[in-house]
Amino acid sequence: MEKSVDELEKDQRELIHVLHDVQEEFGYIPAQAISQISKQLKISESEIFGVLTFYKAFSLKPRGEHLITICVGTACHVRGAPMILDEFERKLGIKAGETSEDNQFTLETVNCVGACALGPIAIADGEYHGQLKTRKVDKIIDKLMSTKRNGSD
Amino acid sequence: MEEYNATELEKIREEISESRKKRKTCITVCGGTGCHAYGCLKVAQAFKDEIKNQGLQDSVDVRTTGCHGFCERGPIVVIQPKGVFYQRIKLEDIKEVIAETIVGKKIIDRLLYVDPKTQEKIVREKNVPFYKKQKRIIFGNNGFIDPTDIRDYIALDGYRALTKILFDMTSEEVIEEIIASGLRGRGGAGFLTGKKWEICHDVNSDVKYVICNADEGDPGAYMDRSLLEGNPHSVIEGMIIGAYAIGASEGYIYVRMEYPLAVKNVTRAITEAKKLGLLGESILGSEFGFDIHVFRGAGAFVSGEETSLMASIEGKRAFPRQRPPFPAQEGLWGKPTNINNVETWANVPLIINKGAEWYSKIGTRGSKGTKIFSLVGKINNTGLVEVPMGMTLKEIIYDIGGGIKDNKKFKAVQTGGPSGGCIPAEMLDLPIDFETLTKAGSMMGSGGMIVMDEDTCMVDVARYFLDFTQQESCGKCVPCRIGTKQLVDILTHITQGKGEEGDVEKLEDLAKTVKEGSLCGLGQTAPNPVLTTIRNFKDEYEAHIRDKSCPALVCKELIIYHIEPEKCVGCLLCLKNCPVEAISGERKKVHIIDQDLCIKCGACLEVCPPKVSAVSKYTGKKRDRILKKSSQKSKK
Repeated sequence: MEKSVDELEKDQRELIHVLHDVQEEFGYIPAQAISQISKQLKISESEIFGVLTFYKAFSLKPRGEHLITICVGTACHVRGAPMILDEFERKLGIKAGETSEDNQFTLETVNCVGACALGPIAIADGEYHGQLKTRKVDKIIDKLMSTKRNGSD
Repeated sequence: MEEYNATELEKIREEISESRKKRKTCITVCGGTGCHAYGCLKVAQAFKDEIKNQGLQDSVDVRTTGCHGFCERGPIVVIQPKGVFYQRIKLEDIKEVIAETIVGKKIIDRLLYVDPKTQEKIVREKNVPFYKKQKRIIFGNNGFIDPTDIRDYIALDGYRALTKILFDMTSEEVIEEIIASGLRGRGGAGFLTGKKWEICHDVNSDVKYVICNADEGDPGAYMDRSLLEGNPHSVIEGMIIGAYAIGASEGYIYVRMEYPLAVKNVTRAITEAKKLGLLGESILGSEFGFDIHVFRGAGAFVSGEETSLMASIEGKRAFPRQRPPFPAQEGLWGKPTNINNVETWANVPLIINKGAEWYSKIGTRGSKGTKIFSLVGKINNTGLVEVPMGMTLKEIIYDIGGGIKDNKKFKAVQTGGPSGGCIPAEMLDLPIDFETLTKAGSMMGSGGMIVMDEDTCMVDVARYFLDFTQQESCGKCVPCRIGTKQLVDILTHITQGKGEEGDVEKLEDLAKTVKEGSLCGLGQTAPNPVLTTIRNFKDEYEAHIRDKSCPALVCKELIIYHIEPEKCVGCLLCLKNCPVEAISGERKKVHIIDQDLCIKCGACLEVCPPKVSAVSKYTGKKRDRILKKSSQKSKK
């Protein structure tokens, strides 16, 4: 009996790894994946739902073509990150955490990327834009619009 | 590669050192995340290509190393063995560096760091003021080590401490040594590391675990990441020693998923260590076996709390739980578990190699050794600094950090992340250690040090931190879940000019309840930013509440942008850059901001030429006068 409980615990341990893999593969956690994980790891779907919605790394909705992440760490905050975020929200017409209706852009915030010397920072499809000013926001968006997203960085 | 025993490891160490001596010149390119963002990988590749083009690959090495710490000046290139320090290197500089410095042995003045105080050009890394006052016993090797090559670590005495404990020391002796060194946990609370090990050692159990807490969540703090990225083997060696001391056979490194490079480097380091027989069964031919797994966090601040972290490894939601039982008694899967932070683990091999006596001479009476701080915010030299405990804030901020950006006035320094507090200018002479920071109402935390100047609003900072902890509160206990929400709401009202008399008292009262009633460290310390800003900057709270003014000109609802008619030259710049067309005017005529349309984005202030500087921000009575005037005008 004890041995089988041990094995169950090992299965639960795999849950976050598996969710990471699915998120990386699809860019979100599709409903179908949840029922499949549930069967394979022998964890109820509600339990999986509880875990995946607890962590910020997992999302139930697909992201847009382009991902813009604004660092809102303390160093960036005192250097004006809120104004940069406001400007992105206004220009894209979406709030942080949302995806535009045409599925072009997803805007997210991150608590700190540890590149504080460059603050305030936005990361657009993996490219760092440091020491940002509000007036540079337009250029970043334009550049993204003119390029197809390359890879998953 | 094959598995080594202790004698073979020493032999290999000598061989590596010998072969390194033959190739005298080494171009090291900083590969920390800051430099990554500046494009250091391209710089390193360009150096490699150019060295090959010139046929120099037999006499010159190019190495991408761990973080050098001086992020402000990236990408950083240091040419060894002389330690020539070049900063802000661009791709176009590379041919010149090779022709002039590598081949011609001449220094390129243009690429040197200039001391802003003396205007002196500094050639060697160790003479740069930023490094001069530091004591880099933990962090110093980063600049010499390619984290993807275990031989670099072995060449610098790596895994020597491991050999020593495996063959010359009992587990009790290791624990005694760590206790004698006075090492305290670098994750925040500052518990004596050796004591923690001893408790776990004394519990009887067939299975025990050790965990490295690398869930560095404090915004503005990134020293743990730089250690894991830049010198992963020092952490791994520390963990093996700890596991030997307490009798653990399995270990976990819990890394934030926001740190992909750290995950990559530490995973690779573990694989390399396994290949050489430094991890796995019978390490270095001894009877001791130990293995390490890497666990990627999933983006929840609360998982830095030790009981939450263990729940997360178990595949559950990262909920904290009541202590006792402490992890040393009942931890991961109910087994005795010892958790230490990255920097703590990295201290361990050093203490074993150099001895507790040597180590305990560094620092203050109660806090031994050094501490790495991430010095960020409104500071000239942003970067990671390692200093002996007991150094004053003033020395760190002014001597190492080079003072405040743009010659502004210092207002406060925030330590300890969202659990910490704001320390005002009057306390700059405070020598930093665990006790003094706690006495000042703040805490050591993991080592974030965010410098704030006169343009930082302290009420806004308190609101920022509470907003952070509120969002990161896991929701398990009521005081934290609801208390932090109420604190944020009151603070937000104050920053919007809707504050009322009595709000400060309400905040203080509520803060006390949240502190005393919360289950884990997150809630227990969440009110600290509010309490310390009320204690040290009460006048700012009063200005917001009574005068509806924000003295630092930050809170949007309390300020206006205004073009000074006597200064405006009518250049059309602000008018063209205003995103909402709130500015009217013609060439060579004074421009005017329509306050009803203005969204306060600050674009006009940004683009107005410094020579003209016609755009100002106003708050309080002056703001009201301007608003009154403009509404009278529009009525006419």
